[in-house]
Amino acid sequence: MKFGIVRFPGSCDDVDALLAAERVGEAAMLWHAERDLQDVDAVIVPGGFSYGDYLRAGAIARFAPVMEEVAEFARAGGLVLGICNGFQVLCEAGLLPGALLPNVSLRFICRQVGLEVVRSDTAFTCAATAGSRLSIPVKHTTGRFYAPEAELDRLQAAGQVLLRYAPAQNPNGSARDIAGVANEAGNVFGLMPHPEHAVDPLTGSADGLTIFESMRAQVADRISV
Amino acid sequence: MRARVLVRPKAGILDPQGQAVERALPALGFSGVRNVHVGRLIELDVEDPAHLPEMCEKLLSNPLIEDYEIVEAS
Repeated sequence: MKFGIVRFPGSCDDVDALLAAERVGEAAMLWHAERDLQDVDAVIVPGGFSYGDYLRAGAIARFAPVMEEVAEFARAGGLVLGICNGFQVLCEAGLLPGALLPNVSLRFICRQVGLEVVRSDTAFTCAATAGSRLSIPVKHTTGRFYAPEAELDRLQAAGQVLLRYAPAQNPNGSARDIAGVANEAGNVFGLMPHPEHAVDPLTGSADGLTIFESMRAQVADRISV
Repeated sequence: MRARVLVRPKAGILDPQGQAVERALPALGFSGVRNVHVGRLIELDVEDPAHLPEMCEKLLSNPLIEDYEIVEAS
């Protein structure tokens, strides 16, 4: 199992994502200007401030050469995980529904939050138990998940909401406490919390590993079929 | 041609930046201010203004959360 981590100018959680992925498999860095995905089994678009986020978070990174290949990889069914800025990039690229708006508080928020696993029968949560709680940190200013009401109803009905903030722990005003959503096919997933920062009890929690372990299990399943 | 693109948060979407400004004005003695919204102004010189709508849809705004208005100046 080989993960590829996209590195844009301004990415800052790329190395943590690489180290987290290496706890469950191999991992390689994918430079934004190159189109070669190096035969990876899954792509991670990490957190940070791609291209400075000068216009809107994620708006410019979606046009990077590597993103064309990531979109193609996603269309072919490849697993793509977007974390924080990576989530924003995938929404801007149209690979995920919705958009991320500035936090209701307008403040940068950095703290551990509780997350409820809505579904455990997905490529990104199969190592967790539905209804269980994960402790994973958030750190962002633009993390308020938004979609029109009808779209939120559709996302819920289609089972695309995989993670919610635990009751009273929604840090940013996200619609319906949504912390992470998948695309319709279930192979692209984005979340604002940072699982790559929660992979060792030394830093408070290892719950984030669940996401990476789920992806490994999913890829192992596909290879064995 | 010189053009201005005004980008606004879509009506109905919570705009905490606008709210913060709306709360700040009475503190300075300006009363009777309502419905404050904060958007973005983009000024640009373009050879072919026919491209402006596509620029707005693809990059200058996010149509899911923002409305845009193109104002052509001479």
